[in-house]
Amino acid sequence: MQKKNNLGRLYLVFVFLVLYLPIAYLIYFSFSTGTTMNTFKHFTWANYQTLFADTRLIQIVLQTLLLALLSSLIATIVGTMGALGIAGTKRMSNRNIMLSLNNILMVSPDVIIGASFLILFTMLGLSLGFGSVLASHIAFSIPIVVLMVLPRIQEMDQALIDAAYDLGASGPQVLNRVILPFITPGIVAGYFMAFTYSLDDFAVTFFVTGNGFATLSVEIYSRARQGISLEINALSALMFIFALALVLIYFFIQMHQANVSERNRKKAEASES
Amino acid sequence: MSNTAKRIYYIPYMLWIVLFVIAPVALIIYQSFFNLDHQFTLANYATYFTSSTYLMMTLNSFWYALIITVATVLISYPAALFLNQLKHKNLWLLLIILPTWINLLLKAYAFIGIFGQHGSVNQFLGFIGIGPKQILFTDFSFIFVATYIEIPFMILPIYNAIAEIDPALLAASRDLGATNWQTLTRVLLPLTRKGIVAGVQAVFIPSLSLFMLTRLIGGNRVITLGTAIEEHFLTTMNWGMGSTIGVVLIVMMFLSMAVTGERHHKRKEIGTGAKEK
Repeated sequence: MQKKNNLGRLYLVFVFLVLYLPIAYLIYFSFSTGTTMNTFKHFTWANYQTLFADTRLIQIVLQTLLLALLSSLIATIVGTMGALGIAGTKRMSNRNIMLSLNNILMVSPDVIIGASFLILFTMLGLSLGFGSVLASHIAFSIPIVVLMVLPRIQEMDQALIDAAYDLGASGPQVLNRVILPFITPGIVAGYFMAFTYSLDDFAVTFFVTGNGFATLSVEIYSRARQGISLEINALSALMFIFALALVLIYFFIQMHQANVSERNRKKAEASES
Repeated sequence: MSNTAKRIYYIPYMLWIVLFVIAPVALIIYQSFFNLDHQFTLANYATYFTSSTYLMMTLNSFWYALIITVATVLISYPAALFLNQLKHKNLWLLLIILPTWINLLLKAYAFIGIFGQHGSVNQFLGFIGIGPKQILFTDFSFIFVATYIEIPFMILPIYNAIAEIDPALLAASRDLGATNWQTLTRVLLPLTRKGIVAGVQAVFIPSLSLFMLTRLIGGNRVITLGTAIEEHFLTTMNWGMGSTIGVVLIVMMFLSMAVTGERHHKRKEIGTGAKEK
């Protein structure tokens, strides 16, 4: 058994090496002089200096962040309202139809989403650019928000809402004071997922972006097609740190949520007994 | 709350469903019946199903996706199994997921350096006396990089399936005299079938459509369905033919879901998966 475990650990070490070597490789060469990722010449910060002096790239980074913040915000609002609507649908068959429709964009390949949105925008006569990219990002982020919020709504005790009405609360009051506070963790998680969807997307954006507007993914793609530039390596090092931070934040949100629901459960048990 | 008030906040979501879910699917099907001169025609489908180029491309694309999926399962299953035996499982799982948060294009870009003419792999091959080989822009490099990218999406569902198994079942299997191999094939694999299916669904369809990898790593030698769609929409501007291939891809998607059982949400649920366990 011990031997098997060691073998397993060795295998895992191998998998982790494969997963992380390319990323480490990128970051390693971001500190090298020269123009290729072949041999490490001398240590330098020059690639980072080039990066921070590259106003076009900085502008694209800011655009990408703005796009992600804005699209995930709108997607969260629409998605939350949708989740409330689906939860409020009484007939099971209707609800299942809504859920299936909701999930279509989750399972479609990116190229299909991109191509079909391109047809849509062209038919509507929309010009391609920030607007079309924003609309697409909102569109493909909505279903994940619904999927994150819906379980929270379903967990909610109907008695809470009834009690609020019995105590004389109006409809909006019930929504603001009772429902929304309860489902906030789901909304936060949904917002967060929508944000990372938007940051990560390449294929859909590539289809609907036109000439004037670029996100970071699209820019990296066009630069990578031209060959190696160590400035991109410096950028990837920074993005790795950013991703690490995002993962940690997400992890802590989840831990916090788990703790809170655990506490609630205990409280409920205590009050029952 | 009155019923109408409830429906009012439902409106934006319904609009989204109509405009961005139903309309695009309808439009891509509609568009597939038009030729370059905007005339209604069945010619796109006729061309597609009679042209050996298109059929070979589809078959190839399918074949590549199959290789990528199988390779991913073979690498991921043991990894998921061993991960489950570790202390601090959640932390290690998080480390498996972390690379998926790095932009896909950056990972592809890394392999341009690693597999390049004078890249690290070729330096190593030269060092051990084999001499440099053409690695970038081959089928192998495309499959390797695609597998690399998909591994976490496969490990996650399998890991979750294994974590749900009651350890007593495995102990019982051993107590009843099963060998390790029997335990694996008779107990572990059947119990984790759902996880494997979810992983295959998360990997197979995206593998049909990874056009950026075929461009950057496959060097236009590998043409997948995704590459063909991108080419028709953005380069040759033959949207009708592009839509036709798109419809084929959609049909394949539904077929693969029907074959593998009930659907699961796509890959990107990584973040969620981590929290579920």
